[in-house]
Amino acid sequence: MSKVRVLVGTRKGAFILTSDGKRKQWDVSGPHFAGWEIYHVKGSPADPNRLFASQTSGWFGQIIQRSDDGGKTWIQPGTPPGEPTTGPGGMPKGESNKFVYDTSAQTGKPLTTHQFYDGTQHPWEFKRVWHLEPSLTDPDTVYAGVEDAALFRSTDGGQNWQELSGLRGHGTGPRWQPGAGGMGLHTILLDPSNPQRIYIAISAAGAFRSDDAGKTWRPINRGLHSQYIPEPTAEVGHCVHRIAMHPSRPQVLFMQKHWDVMRSDDAGESWHEVSGNLPTDFGFVIDVHAHEPETIYVVPIKSDGEHYPPDGKLRVYRSRTGGNEWEALTKGLPQSNCYVNVLRDAMAVDSLDKCGVYFGTTGGQVYASADAGDSWAPIVRDLPAVLSVEVQTIP
Amino acid sequence: MIRVILPPHLRGLAGVRGEVELEVEGPATQRSVLDALEARYPMLRGTIREHVTQQRRPFLRFFACEEDLSHEPPDAPLPEAVATGAEPLLIIGAIAGG
Repeated sequence: MSKVRVLVGTRKGAFILTSDGKRKQWDVSGPHFAGWEIYHVKGSPADPNRLFASQTSGWFGQIIQRSDDGGKTWIQPGTPPGEPTTGPGGMPKGESNKFVYDTSAQTGKPLTTHQFYDGTQHPWEFKRVWHLEPSLTDPDTVYAGVEDAALFRSTDGGQNWQELSGLRGHGTGPRWQPGAGGMGLHTILLDPSNPQRIYIAISAAGAFRSDDAGKTWRPINRGLHSQYIPEPTAEVGHCVHRIAMHPSRPQVLFMQKHWDVMRSDDAGESWHEVSGNLPTDFGFVIDVHAHEPETIYVVPIKSDGEHYPPDGKLRVYRSRTGGNEWEALTKGLPQSNCYVNVLRDAMAVDSLDKCGVYFGTTGGQVYASADAGDSWAPIVRDLPAVLSVEVQTIP
Repeated sequence: MIRVILPPHLRGLAGVRGEVELEVEGPATQRSVLDALEARYPMLRGTIREHVTQQRRPFLRFFACEEDLSHEPPDAPLPEAVATGAEPLLIIGAIAGG
């Protein structure tokens, strides 16, 4: 019988929740990496027992953890104790927590600067990994979206990381700026039908696409309208919160922007708004049903100044028409005095029949629906603030 | 033998309990002690000193013999009591509030 494994990153550690296909009884393991912020945990589609975790701390920096047994044990991919930590030339070896931005090949200077909160130009400073996206086909290849925004790739299971610097270097970098949570690259979508195509999104720069496996990039923000920036339809500078895609139709993208829920039917070349009858079109998460490419989910949040559900009611909204027409899903969710947030990486779906939908809150609840959102129940309700939720469906 | 006390998060990361004891070749300095520490526990590389600059991470401090050594040059000799193992070198996460 299939089972599901829910990978939860929180402010104070990681938790792994497992259940059989009925999704009623859950085992909870954790905290793993107790006391550390776990921004994201994600499994390899090519080897479900291989998991990658981003472990981070304002004091001690970034750590990458890897498990090869489904989360029972973890290692930091790198030089084993006792082996030299420098190469033959005396240079320090790359290690799993070493994320170094590329510099200009001509001058050796930083590739670019970005716009700071006060409008001045500011150098890139590595802070943490927000999102890990394992390759669809190779268990040793994994992408990392980092703050300050850049995309890195490892092809040796997370030991060494190289920047895909065509993204920062393509020319619009000086117009990128940090969102309230920092300037993070938070979304990485790999096109299952075209290994050359990668989508990424950055707060607050927008969405970008590569059609040559990450070598060159260009902005794909036409149709986005952001009233809070000086030029509302600018090429870059939009605060994209999340993009989702159904693997069967990788040219169709759904976006939760700072404000507005958007849709593209042409691989991001143009976007149109599908907020429709949502009570508010601010929010962070968006995801797509595993078997119905036109069924999408969002969690409306009151506003950018008030990061909680409107009217104190935690409601997931589902559209079965690819947007515009939305229904509130409330059964099993608190409908009074609820003032939690659902962060951008904190929703996921399993691929069982019926599709399971999961999300975590800043109040420490992880809610699950085993019937595509019709009804909900908490798996756990007292974790640290949830930063990310991923799901693996294991045969 | 040099004794080093790590902050709890780094003890967990390195998988050690209590103090770390290190043999350091040559004069005991911040640099030589941290080099030896990272050679024994490679998972600590980048967590105390920045990978590229080798500068102390801004929210960490070094103390020994009731003195703040955080701003001493990395190649300055550590106090004799640290070099002989009589006193530990403390690596501490800076705390800015409760």
